[in-house]
Amino acid sequence: MIFDVAIIGAGVVGCAVSYYLSQYELKTALLERENDVAMGASRANTAIIHGGYDPVPGTWMARLNVEGMRRCFELCEELDVECRKTGSYVIALEDEQTETLKILLEQGVANGCEGLEIIDGDACRAREPHLTEDVAAALWVPESGVINPWEFALAMAEVAVRNGVSFMPNTRVCDIAWEGDHYVIGAADTRESFEPLDRDAEPYAAAGSARGTGEQPTTGGERGKTMIRARYLINAAGVESDTIHNMVAPPSFEIVPTRGEYYLLDRTVGPLVKSVIFACPSAAGKGVTFSPTIHDNFLVGPNAEVIDDRDDTAVTRAALDDIARKACRMVPDFNPRTSIRNFAGVRANSTCGDFVIGKAAENFLDLAAIKSPGLTCAPAIARAALDILREDGWLSERKADWRGGRRVVRFKEIPEEERAAFVRDHPLYGRVICRCETITEGEIVASMKREIPPVSIDGVKRRAGTGMGRCQGGFCGPRVLGIIARESGRDPLSIEEDGAGSRVLVSETKKAVRRE
Amino acid sequence: MRDHYQLIVIGGGPAGLGAAFSARRGGLDHILIVERDVELGGILNQCIHNGFGLHYFGEELTGPEYAGRLIDRLAGLGIDILCDAMALEIMPGEQEHSLRLVSADAGYRLVTCEAVVLAMGCRERTRGAIQIPGTRAAGIFTAGTAQRYVNIEGCMVGRRVIILGSGDIGLIMARRMTLEGAEVLACVELLPYSGGLTRNIVQCLQDFNIPLFLSHTITKIEGKDRVKRVTVQQVDENFRPIDGTEMYYDVDTVLLSVGLIPENELSRAAGVEIDPKTSGPVVYENRETSIPGIFACGNVLHVHDLVDFVTEESESAGEAAAAYVLRRSDTDKVRGRDEDHTGKSGDPRQASCFSLVPDQTIAYTVPQRIRPACVDNVVRVYFRVKAPYKTPKQIVFRDGERRIVASFRRPYMAPGEMEHVVLKRALLDGVRGDHLTVSVEEIS
Amino acid sequence: MKEYICVVCPRGCHLSVDEENDYAVSGNSCLRGEAYGRGEAKHPTRIVTSTVRVRSAVHPRCPVKTDKPIGKEDMGEAIRLLDEVELIPPVRRGDIVIASLFGSGTNFISTRDIDE
Repeated sequence: MIFDVAIIGAGVVGCAVSYYLSQYELKTALLERENDVAMGASRANTAIIHGGYDPVPGTWMARLNVEGMRRCFELCEELDVECRKTGSYVIALEDEQTETLKILLEQGVANGCEGLEIIDGDACRAREPHLTEDVAAALWVPESGVINPWEFALAMAEVAVRNGVSFMPNTRVCDIAWEGDHYVIGAADTRESFEPLDRDAEPYAAAGSARGTGEQPTTGGERGKTMIRARYLINAAGVESDTIHNMVAPPSFEIVPTRGEYYLLDRTVGPLVKSVIFACPSAAGKGVTFSPTIHDNFLVGPNAEVIDDRDDTAVTRAALDDIARKACRMVPDFNPRTSIRNFAGVRANSTCGDFVIGKAAENFLDLAAIKSPGLTCAPAIARAALDILREDGWLSERKADWRGGRRVVRFKEIPEEERAAFVRDHPLYGRVICRCETITEGEIVASMKREIPPVSIDGVKRRAGTGMGRCQGGFCGPRVLGIIARESGRDPLSIEEDGAGSRVLVSETKKAVRRE
Repeated sequence: MRDHYQLIVIGGGPAGLGAAFSARRGGLDHILIVERDVELGGILNQCIHNGFGLHYFGEELTGPEYAGRLIDRLAGLGIDILCDAMALEIMPGEQEHSLRLVSADAGYRLVTCEAVVLAMGCRERTRGAIQIPGTRAAGIFTAGTAQRYVNIEGCMVGRRVIILGSGDIGLIMARRMTLEGAEVLACVELLPYSGGLTRNIVQCLQDFNIPLFLSHTITKIEGKDRVKRVTVQQVDENFRPIDGTEMYYDVDTVLLSVGLIPENELSRAAGVEIDPKTSGPVVYENRETSIPGIFACGNVLHVHDLVDFVTEESESAGEAAAAYVLRRSDTDKVRGRDEDHTGKSGDPRQASCFSLVPDQTIAYTVPQRIRPACVDNVVRVYFRVKAPYKTPKQIVFRDGERRIVASFRRPYMAPGEMEHVVLKRALLDGVRGDHLTVSVEEIS
Repeated sequence: MKEYICVVCPRGCHLSVDEENDYAVSGNSCLRGEAYGRGEAKHPTRIVTSTVRVRSAVHPRCPVKTDKPIGKEDMGEAIRLLDEVELIPPVRRGDIVIASLFGSGTNFISTRDIDE
């Protein structure tokens, strides 16, 4: 079979495109090399809906930011995605930075932002009392906010799948060929086999004798390659978008993978900030951001480090120390010891300095080099892509039976007076599995019954919110693993923590039992 | 289940079991234990090793045996037990406290009570709290999570293991993993001494030739899907890694045993005052918190070294909770007879009170506050020292006028061991000022 | 001369035991330490704890222990024997799981109850 459109990459951009395309009579495929949607920059970012004052007018980023921002909030409402319009401040710590604020304000007005306002330091501190006394002035951006980025991508992809889009995880694009009227994608299965390692499991021999064989976990190679055919390709491959581009068209830009590291702080530190706090951009760089998350924790970061390995999401001591120093400059009460998690994301910065949006070859559309504010812009990028497809004559017929919308039951959000009745009718919502975030078994099981079920513990985390809190899955991890195994009929030993190959367990104990 | 109890105990581990038992013995008829797991016993159920109970039961038991004995004691006492349930919120009140509970079987309900015992235990510090650089590969577990997988679920979490932190659970897991066929390559401790019991260092590491590196830490974790390699480095006196001391270990598993934190989210949300030193509630001599009628015991109050002391402490908290409830109902009776009676004369809240103030040698004390008038005979003060002492020292209590109120000799002390001393009522009555400082000093 | 760290109490005395000289113990601070040192030098023993399989949906494993200390050198072999056991509930605390290990009279016993 030949797809009409294949989207390469199920990050937030690919998912947004799939969402809008699913409204048309098209056979669409959404290809993803990882085992879930939103596994790259879409899940490891600052989770902010940006206000739109930052991009230089004239760029794609400037054109799409404000539209993207407004569409993000609309979509979150429509798809029941957690988001909050917190507003944001860009704070000037020295008087000369106040000049920068004025430039940002002008840019913002040019880009279509509304309600921008420069306030003095005292006014800012009156609203955000934990900020440093050095705040000289701040740009207030009322329209911006925070979002659950992976749920946003997932929600759009779920609706797409519900309306016939084929989601193909674990599918890595190796090569692409044009066959006159369609492309042939050679794709490999990325699932490496992480053997259960129980072959040499020997119970402890005797005190003092050699222990174990010391064999390393073996990782198998790729399984067979498959051919996927599609008439039109959309390149939404994030940090690999130049690689995909170069399979079809002459090189025209290059991704400069840029890693950003973060601290996630537990909410028990108290209400450090109510809005997103940006440092004023300066010659020394953009500075770090201090923001509340939709789960009422706090996110601090990122730095920006150009790296070689596009998959290298390791955190480093030097970067974390650097972020901590900068964060203390903004919020003196910041204490790295209240961190519950550190993580890093790799942004698809590029040599081009802007998004790369446009046709690169016959029936081949780049939505490439989507860096910050890519999350905010994603819905607008997808609309721009649809405009191009429409011009090319691909969007003739809308689906008559398209079913949009999405509702998620979150125990925490059930009104007090309705909880008793709800739990009586749905007892699984009475069993709290994640005690830090109060997530029930009902929510986990429901997440497994949606259009794109989770396959890993972190897959459940991204959908239901388990393990997000201060114990980071220490208590609920084993129980979530058990529920995944039970609901999907899988062997518990096969269940991964996150991506392919990240198995949690290696074998059973007391294996050699003799059965009569 | 009733809608109103005299006492609700939150947590069915050793602390909750001890408190419920002694409250029943103290005269309460309507007690509820709320436990989040499917059975009572708490973390003892996964601590299958022995070494429990020498102080309390006078014999050496495993964790499940110790829990079993505490559970057996409750049989036939008429204490209501709600397992597989969660206490979501405590709403303190003047007349009574209310709790929101939820469970799949019992549903979502509001229950009222006169007293609450907090016995929620503690949780483990995670990687995020100590910021180990490296990837987010699978194979990084807190020691307690690994213990649950291995001992309860019957699943191995790895084949080649390194352990960061020499807390007791980490040491216990070194032996456990080894006996199940894994290779434990090293145990790495940031401090220049181990926080674990000597017995565990000997029987869990030395018995299996597992090296213990003091003043070392893991400075990098590598591996994309599963952990593949870690870097270990020596640290200087400021805990900064020293260049050139790198050691590399090819492992698939990192176990973290880097500390326990009392789990007080529920207490905090209820407005219970928390001591930043213990991360547990500030309590009076009877383990009553800053909110009248809410008591705390066990690891939710401060992290204990031996469960025997948890039992001891929880029994006194349970007794105090029972006394509180019974005293209130007596007062109610008196009020009923004589409308003018204020009922305040016997109220311990009105009694004079002083604080225990640890100096820089002492990590914390429990209790933090003492009302001498409320002490029957003696009050037991638990504390931990901040550094190890290998030669005899004395623990000195000084009052507001720097007068020595009491001193106790100890031949040796270590931060891993919880120490305690017993202060007599007579001494307490002589305290001048509003505090007693506690310090480790040379023997004069 | 053999060196040990005493585990009788938290003090952790460094013991020296002279096998040549009737296992004379030095470095101890108490009599219990002396006995510990001599025992470690002559024949170290340990209580061994582990788990066995149970046919139960709720409890896939049952914890067990040896009811007396066994020779340290026998730990591995003893644990291996547990691979061949699967309990069928109900199990009671103290039930014998493996009787008389190596004919020694020491048993592996269950350390908890498991109902079904």
